[in-house]
Amino acid sequence: MNPANYVMLSALLFSIGAIGVLVRRNAIIVFMSVELMLNAANLAFVAFARMNGNLDGQVVAFFVMVVAAAEVVVGLAIIVTIFRTRRSASIDEPNLLKY
Amino acid sequence: MTEIIPAEGIFGLLWVLIALPAVGALILLFGGRRTNSWGPYLGVLTVVGSAILGVLMLLAMMEQPAEQRTVVQNVYDWVFVGSFQASFALQLDQLSMVFVLLITIVGALIHIYSLGYMSHDPDRRKFFGYLNLFVAAMLILVLANNYLLLYVGWEGVGLASYLLIGFWQQKPTAAAAAKKAFIINRVGDVGLSLAIMLIFVTFGSITFQDVFGQASEASEGTLTAIGLLLLLAAAGKSAQFPLQAWLLDAMEGPTPVSALIHAATMVTAGVYLIARSNAIYDAAAWAATAVVVVGLITIFMGAIIGSAKDDIKKSLAGSTMSQIGYMVFAAGLGPIGYVFAIFHLLTHGVFKAGLFLGAGSVMHGMNDNVNMRRYGALKGVMVITFITFMAGYLAIIGIPPFSGFWSKDEIIHAAFERNWVIGAAAILAAGITGFYMTRMIAMTFFGKKRWEDDAHPHESPAVMTIPLIILAIGSTFLGMALLFWGNIEEWLEPVVGYESVPTPLPTSFYIGVTLVVVIIGAIIGWVMYARKEVPVEAPRGNVLTRAARQDLYGDAVNDVLIVQPTYRTADVLTTFDTKAVDGFVNWTGTFVGDLARRLRRSQSGFARSYALSMVGGALIVALALILVRL
Repeated sequence: MNPANYVMLSALLFSIGAIGVLVRRNAIIVFMSVELMLNAANLAFVAFARMNGNLDGQVVAFFVMVVAAAEVVVGLAIIVTIFRTRRSASIDEPNLLKY
Repeated sequence: MTEIIPAEGIFGLLWVLIALPAVGALILLFGGRRTNSWGPYLGVLTVVGSAILGVLMLLAMMEQPAEQRTVVQNVYDWVFVGSFQASFALQLDQLSMVFVLLITIVGALIHIYSLGYMSHDPDRRKFFGYLNLFVAAMLILVLANNYLLLYVGWEGVGLASYLLIGFWQQKPTAAAAAKKAFIINRVGDVGLSLAIMLIFVTFGSITFQDVFGQASEASEGTLTAIGLLLLLAAAGKSAQFPLQAWLLDAMEGPTPVSALIHAATMVTAGVYLIARSNAIYDAAAWAATAVVVVGLITIFMGAIIGSAKDDIKKSLAGSTMSQIGYMVFAAGLGPIGYVFAIFHLLTHGVFKAGLFLGAGSVMHGMNDNVNMRRYGALKGVMVITFITFMAGYLAIIGIPPFSGFWSKDEIIHAAFERNWVIGAAAILAAGITGFYMTRMIAMTFFGKKRWEDDAHPHESPAVMTIPLIILAIGSTFLGMALLFWGNIEEWLEPVVGYESVPTPLPTSFYIGVTLVVVIIGAIIGWVMYARKEVPVEAPRGNVLTRAARQDLYGDAVNDVLIVQPTYRTADVLTTFDTKAVDGFVNWTGTFVGDLARRLRRSQSGFARSYALSMVGGALIVALALILVRL
């Protein structure tokens, strides 16, 4: 199979993730979109590793997975805490930190 | 060439001469109220101690042969930077010796007098501290062996003068007069500092010995520049035209200060500077001519101002200007005049100190009133003051055998040796001296009583009259003593040089003419102010009188030429500063502030708009990379 297809799939997934972050209001959905973008990037890394015939991209993908796991822990904790105080998971409502 | 011998024996105590009053000043000024009770007496003792030491040194010096009378004591190495070397070194020669005696003896007498004069002043400890500071600074000035140390003394006496003119600083006029004296002196001081720099650049040294030794090797242009700068310095310190305006206002200080600083010693520092730098003026004829012109102008300005003032101290101040004008004039005449400039300086220092202290004694008895139109007929009430004042009077107008006769006559004679026009001018000024001094004694001691109702004139206490008596004896005999017994020409000749040029007519002719002119002046003064009634209110007077009452418009001229242009320049610069400089700086600040206030709006608090700007930014970067690749 042509490796370029994997890269194109990766770009498609990244775009879906980016648009999801921009248009959705629910914090959980935004969070999932962020994860989608991360995994799109992983896919691209792995595809490039395969194309170049070395393991560099694979290693980076593992790093991204570790970081994403840690980020999920912290991010979900924040979302849950905000939901407890405001009874809402909307990302537009917590806007106190501004000019 | 005189040889320099190291200080040994009594001369080893040269530094003590300065240290005594300096320590006195330190104790009095830093000792605080604890020294209030005994401080003034300590101040007197230190100066008396210096005077005794000075006399002992004179006796020791007279035992030495004439060429071995220059003693140098290196107290410590002061400024040693590369080739610039200035030691704190003291030089005692025949010229410094006479100054040391004048400063310490007249200074001691005035200190004693001040014990009586200032006895009711709450700040008299401070007063004696300042007087001691002055004596120490003046001794540094005349004992320095290089120009930089001389400059230290020069500034020191300027400081003491400022502090003492403004001693009664609660009076706004006194505070203003002190500032005026300080600022005008600063103009002269700039001249001195520039002269010192030029001397160092030209000769590579600033010690007197080196500079005068090489003076003839320098170009005449350089020497003229140095001479004119030194003249500027002398004009500032000695109240000579065009820097004369401060001396009349300086009379706001206590009378002993006027006597010591503004008559006998400090104002003659300019004459000392010119006489000391004689080697420079001898090689720069133009500078010497400028000195003569400045002296001659000041002789007349001072005499005219002295003739019109009703304030006894200001009249005496005008007279001081005029007499110092004589000294500067004589110093400008070259080797025929230096000796007599110093001779007149000594006799003037004694008789003018006596006259000022006499004026102080009169004021002391008249409730500090200085208006001579309110005096009159005091000769019977203040007998000692009257007799001592008369001694000073006869000395200053130059009646033989009083001291002023000998010194002023020698100056007039020296002037005729140079040029009969300036000689005639000097004789005319002597006549004016006779007029204004006669006017002064006629208004003060003779005529009818014109006293204020609450005035109860009385003779001053002995502590004041004894210095008056000693100074009166000096006014009477000092001239003869210096000329016949002291041989002043021979004494000073190794330092300042002396030569006599024959005049076309015999000496007695000039003496005769001078005496006749002086007596005519005195008779006019007597007729106008003793025979006629003196009005209590000053009459309007003629043009010259009114001009003289305004100090010959010295202040007005300074105002138009210097003060107003300075104000205007300052105004322009202030406007430029506030409008242009501050304007630009403030505009920059406001601009950045406004910009920031607008940009702040982008921090909306919406997470998704931040995300959008991130995506937008990433797209722009990606686009840019692609474009660069292409």
